[in-house]
Amino acid sequence: MTTTVHTPDHAHGDDHHDHHPHGLTRWLAATNHKDIGTLYMWFAFIMFLTGGVMALCIRAELFSPGLQFVRPELFNQFTTLHGLIMVFGAIMPAFTGLANWMIPLMIGAPDMAFARMNNWSFWLLPPAALLLMISFAVPGGAAAAGWTLYAPLSTQMGMGMDLTIFAIHIMGISSIMGAINIITTILNMRAPGMTMMKMPMFVWTSLITAYLLIAVMPVLAGAVTMVLTDRHFGTSFFNAAGGGDPVLYQHIFWFFGHPEVYIMALPAFGVVSQVIPTFARKTLFGYHSMVYATSSIAILSFMVWAHHMYSVGMPVTAQLFFMYATTLIAVPTGVKVFNWIATMWKGSMTFETPMLFAIGFVCLFTMGGFSGVVLSIAAVDIQLHDTYYVVAHFHYVLVAGALFSLFAAVYYWLPKWTGFMYSETRGKIHFWWSMIAFNVTFFPMHFLGLAGMPRRIPDYAVQFTEFNALASVGAFAFGIAQIYFLFAVLLPTIRGGAGPAPAKPWEGGNTLEWEVPSPAPFHTWEQPPSRELVDKLAAQQQLH
Amino acid sequence: MATTQQPDYFVPAPSWWPFKGAVALFGIGLGAALLVNSVPFSWVPLAIGIAILLWMLFGWFGDVIRESEGGVYSKRVDISFRWGMGWFIFSEVMFFAAFFGTLYYLRSISVPELGNMEHKILWPDFKAMWPMSVAPNGTEPYQVMGPWGLPAWNTLILLTSGVTLTWAHWGMMENKRGQLKLGLLLTVLLGALFLGLQVYEYAHAWGDLGLTMASGVYGASFYMMTGFHGMHVFIGALMLAVMYFRSVKGHFTAEHHFAFEAAAWYWHFVDVVWLILFVFVYWL
Repeated sequence: MTTTVHTPDHAHGDDHHDHHPHGLTRWLAATNHKDIGTLYMWFAFIMFLTGGVMALCIRAELFSPGLQFVRPELFNQFTTLHGLIMVFGAIMPAFTGLANWMIPLMIGAPDMAFARMNNWSFWLLPPAALLLMISFAVPGGAAAAGWTLYAPLSTQMGMGMDLTIFAIHIMGISSIMGAINIITTILNMRAPGMTMMKMPMFVWTSLITAYLLIAVMPVLAGAVTMVLTDRHFGTSFFNAAGGGDPVLYQHIFWFFGHPEVYIMALPAFGVVSQVIPTFARKTLFGYHSMVYATSSIAILSFMVWAHHMYSVGMPVTAQLFFMYATTLIAVPTGVKVFNWIATMWKGSMTFETPMLFAIGFVCLFTMGGFSGVVLSIAAVDIQLHDTYYVVAHFHYVLVAGALFSLFAAVYYWLPKWTGFMYSETRGKIHFWWSMIAFNVTFFPMHFLGLAGMPRRIPDYAVQFTEFNALASVGAFAFGIAQIYFLFAVLLPTIRGGAGPAPAKPWEGGNTLEWEVPSPAPFHTWEQPPSRELVDKLAAQQQLH
Repeated sequence: MATTQQPDYFVPAPSWWPFKGAVALFGIGLGAALLVNSVPFSWVPLAIGIAILLWMLFGWFGDVIRESEGGVYSKRVDISFRWGMGWFIFSEVMFFAAFFGTLYYLRSISVPELGNMEHKILWPDFKAMWPMSVAPNGTEPYQVMGPWGLPAWNTLILLTSGVTLTWAHWGMMENKRGQLKLGLLLTVLLGALFLGLQVYEYAHAWGDLGLTMASGVYGASFYMMTGFHGMHVFIGALMLAVMYFRSVKGHFTAEHHFAFEAAAWYWHFVDVVWLILFVFVYWL
């Protein structure tokens, strides 16, 4: 390696004592993609636990009929903030953190394109989270309209709603800047020889996700701005008395909201598309079709929003259009699922923890996808709308989908991040514990929904008692599993875990991040990887 | 090894500006949320937040300008800035798309529906039409804003400012510094004139026509869309003013001038939004 300008003496050596800033400057003034990625991941995990505690309050209340622990008002605030925090505070930042950590490593870039803006994207999140938390303390409490903030509920509540609106604005700014950074990095910073069609799948899905973010976060900003002016400045966008319409809010919100669903799902697909080939020791089946399927899902996601609104009284023609468009999404999604299965077919599979979470993802996400197809049928949805069937559906795709893929990613890349192997036994315990507890929690909700139990209600008819009790037990077990993950897996691994990790801990890994030492030095790829290396890895992945 | 290519990346040193910007937006978010609820002293966090934000903008952009003039940025960094600004403008397009979508929905769906037979029970006197000259529950009378007075002049002003800006651009490319500076100055002045006329129009609408944000969805969409557009004109004019002062200091060459181009892109974007506004908010 010719070390010319910009390259420190030990850039690619085994010396782990890189020169990096220390103390507060390192974290508050960070411009390093790895540090910022780490900040994102820890923030997301803290928010995950915060939102999780709210979920457990909900499940404690729903353990038996009648009102036990919380007032109905507080219950509504918990359901609202649980949703907002998990979506905007946990899942999205976690994927942005992964993108920050891994994209420069995977495409052979020294950092993100806009390193300082990257830091702003991250540091806007804690203030937004703080605003959401403060809203519990103001008169009237936090927003209680559900995470969708439907008018006219949202246009009538107390100042907690205003804090939520401004928190959403700040998180939106953060997301848009993060997305611009990801797009620019991928389009402009790839190593020589890494054409678009040789990029790892996770990079592809991050790119497409970033496009979705840029397209829809401003729309959400517009929607909540109109809520704000309806609340305080006399406008009547969502008020029929002035010529507006509450349903208009739903249209705008779900124009954001449905692509948002794929913002949380596409990077998960990317992670799984990295993990499964590695542990099946085969190349990803149908790489090109994966790229096209991801793009198709992204484009279709803009044309299906009103399937969230079958029960508002749309014309039948519109319902039919949105129904057909929605069921169409099952096609590219099916392509993906079959590609993952075909990747595993006749592979030399081993079942380390990342692979377990990835396979768990494929099984459970597919179930969530199927219940989604059920819900997409307008005639069926009229009965299932706003029941626990919907709750079961989106927790299958978001918890067993997005979250399980995040766990797969964390176990997969922990050796690269920390330089240490995690304990495989404990990882497996975490997986099976989560897997079983998840299904105990959410599978009964299908039955509850089919039987007619409405969502977002603190009390219910006695006929629903058994399944609710079961779900609550499962939820607490699931919560404890995540505490186990923190104290038995994550923290011990950072302190040394099951020993030092080699540069390439997984023999099937053939992307660029495994070519740098573990832990990845503070600066990597200050010289782009050689053309030969890029071509060799592409050939291993059978990408031409 | 075959890495003959010179590394042309730019990885900046740690910077405190982003963190200060985060503190600023926290103050602004908290202050604004409390202010709209008339909480006493809520202007304090708001004012502090705005002050920190301005400080950050000066400092951060100052760093970028110094780096740019110091020749730190390579061709690759220039391309990154181009992608970044382009997609930022796309996000702005989507922000306005939300409001144009809203306008479409109001004009083609919600107002016509409120005038149909079903709603006669609620508001028997309401007649669906656009511009909607009286709201369904209309108590306060108001008049609508016609297109062929000030708005038409404003259209002409913005279109002219696009011409003067392009003239400045030509000056820069041919190294005619006087033309660059004069073109930029004229563009900023035309932008200021536009904003001044817009303020005058608002005063006229609010005072003489009785048209307020509470004048049904007509007033709401009118002020929301022209207001956000005006805010963007203000930001664009501010950017161009910075470009003017930089050109006075001797910045920008025919080869190295992306800040100017970014501001110009933004200005043309604001211009196009106005044209669509003029057609759908004022005219049709």
